[in-house]
Amino acid sequence: MTLKARYARDAIIQIVMVLLTALVVIPLFIIIGYVVINGISALNMDFFTQELGSPARAMRGRPTGLVHSITGTIVIDLVALVMAVPFGIATGIMMSEYQEHPLSPVARLMTSTLNGMPAVLMGLLAYGLVVKNTGGFSALAGSVALAFVMIPIIARTTESVLRVTPWGLREAGLSLGIPRWKVTTSLVLPAARAGVVTGILIAFARAAGEAAPLLLTSFGNNYFSLDMTRPMDTLPQRLYSLAISPYKQWHAMGWGGAIILLLFVMITFLVGRLVIRRMERQMEQ
Amino acid sequence: MSIRATEQRETAAGEIVGAGGAATGVAATGGNGFYPNGRPVKKIDGTTVRMETEGLTVRYGVSTFGIQDVSMPVFDRSVTALIGPSGCGKSTFLRALNRMHDLGVDIEVTGAAILDGENIYEPQVDAVTIRRRIGMVFQKPTPFPTKSIYENVCAGLRLVGMRRKNVLDEAVEKALTDAALWDEVKDRLRSPGGSLSGGQQQRLCIARALAVEPEVLLMDEPTSSLDPNATMRIEQLIQQLKEQVTIVIVTHNMQQAARVSDYTAFFYVGEMVEISRTQQIFSSPREERTQEYLSGTFS
Repeated sequence: MTLKARYARDAIIQIVMVLLTALVVIPLFIIIGYVVINGISALNMDFFTQELGSPARAMRGRPTGLVHSITGTIVIDLVALVMAVPFGIATGIMMSEYQEHPLSPVARLMTSTLNGMPAVLMGLLAYGLVVKNTGGFSALAGSVALAFVMIPIIARTTESVLRVTPWGLREAGLSLGIPRWKVTTSLVLPAARAGVVTGILIAFARAAGEAAPLLLTSFGNNYFSLDMTRPMDTLPQRLYSLAISPYKQWHAMGWGGAIILLLFVMITFLVGRLVIRRMERQMEQ
Repeated sequence: MSIRATEQRETAAGEIVGAGGAATGVAATGGNGFYPNGRPVKKIDGTTVRMETEGLTVRYGVSTFGIQDVSMPVFDRSVTALIGPSGCGKSTFLRALNRMHDLGVDIEVTGAAILDGENIYEPQVDAVTIRRRIGMVFQKPTPFPTKSIYENVCAGLRLVGMRRKNVLDEAVEKALTDAALWDEVKDRLRSPGGSLSGGQQQRLCIARALAVEPEVLLMDEPTSSLDPNATMRIEQLIQQLKEQVTIVIVTHNMQQAARVSDYTAFFYVGEMVEISRTQQIFSSPREERTQEYLSGTFS
C-alpha cells in the first residue's frame, strides 16, 4: 500500500469514528433540547416555592409547583446513598481483597445478577421488607429501595478499581507489619478513592432517575413533607404521574420537572468530576 | 569458611552457646548467648545465626516448585546476597522469610524458617508480628500514593495505633537519617511520597521499613529500577545498615553481590546450590554449576 493510500485510510477511519460518536451524542442533545423547549415556560418562582396540591390549583391558575418533589428527591436519594455506600464498598472489598473467602464468589454472582435486574424488583423487595412491616408507604421505604439499586453498582465499581490498584501496595503495607484490614482501609482504599467516588456517583445518578422502585415504596405525595415515615414525592415518579394525568397544565409542569431532574444529575456529575480531579491532583503532586 | 547447608546442621548442635557463654554480637541478640526471646543463640564457626531455614519448600499449585528443600543460615548483622538466573527461586525464597506467601492463593510453604530459634511458620506465630521484625524492600519503589513523605515513613507505626506525635516525629527523623534521605527531604516532609525521584523513593521505602525497627531486612532487587548513581547510594546505605540489621538481598547483578555482601547463596532451578563467604564463592566456588554461572557459561 502506498503512503497516500495509508493516509487516506487513516482519514476514512477517523471520519467513521466521528460519525459514530455523533450518532451517540446527537440524540442526547435532541432529548435535552426537547425537554428544555417544552419545559422552560413552566419554570417560574412558584415552581420552586410551591407544592403541587390538587389539580384544581393548576387549572385555576393558582400558585402551584414542585418544590416538594425536589426536596423529596434530594432527601430520599441522600438517605439511600448513606445506606448504600457502606454496604456497597464493603461488598466491593470482599470481592476484590478477600477472594479466598467463600462469600466472595457468591457476592460476585449476586451483584452481577442484581445489576441486571429491573429496578421495580428492588421496589418490590423494599415493599416486602419495609412497607409491609411498618404498615404503610414511607420515604424510608423509598430510600431502602433505591439503596438496593445503588449497592450492586457501588460494589462492582469498587471491586474493579481495587483490582487495578498495584498489588505491591498491599505487600508494602503487609511487610511493615500492618494488619490486613488496615492495609485495605488505610492504604488500598485511599489509593483507589477517585474510582470509588466515581462508582458512587454513577450509582447515585442511576438511582436518581428511577421511578419504578418508588411507586411501591415512597408512593408519592402532592404536598410538602420531610417526614421519612410518611409518603414523600420524588421527581422521576412525579414526572410519570404528571405525564399520565389528563391536565395540560400538569403536562407542562412535567417538562419543567424533567429539566430539574436533568440538572440534578448533571450537577451531581460536575461536582463529582471536580472532587475526583482534586483527588487525582493531590496524588500526582 | 565453608558453610554448606548440610554440614551446617551437623556443626550446629555443637555450636549452641549456653547461658553465660561468651557470645559475640551481644547487642543484637540480647547478650549472654540468648536471643531476645530467651532461646539460646546458635553459632556456626563462631558467627551468630540470626535466621535459618530448614527444608524450606514453596509450591505453586500442586506440582510446580518455587523452591525445594532450601536449608541455609543467615548470619547476624551481615549482608547475605541471593544470586542466580531468573526464575531460580531467589525471590520466592526471600518472600518466604517473612511469610509474604500467606496471601497467595494456591501457594504452599513447608519446612521451617527460623528466626532467633523460633520457626515463624508455627501455627501460634502471628504473621503480622513476624513482619514487624522482618521488614522488606521491593524491586519497584512503592511509596503509598495518598500519603506524604512523613506519613509514608511513619505508616508502619501509625497504622498500628501509635499516635504520640513526638514519638512519630523522632522515628521519622531517625529512619530518614538512617536511610540517608533526611537532608534531602527535611524541608518538605508534607509533600507526597510520589513527588520524589526514583532513587529517593526507594530510600523512602527503606526508611519506611526501618521505622518499625526490624531485626532483619529483606531486599528484593532494590536497585534494579534505579540509575547507577542511585544504586551506589543504596549500596553505601546497605553497608551502614548492616551495623544494626541483618540484611538479605536478592540481586540480578553479580558485581553488586560481590560489592555489598558478606555471604552469597547461589540458587538454581529452585534449589540452593551453595552458600559461602562472598569472597570465596567468587574466587573458588565449590560447585560446578556455580562456577559455570559465575563465568557466564549459562544464565
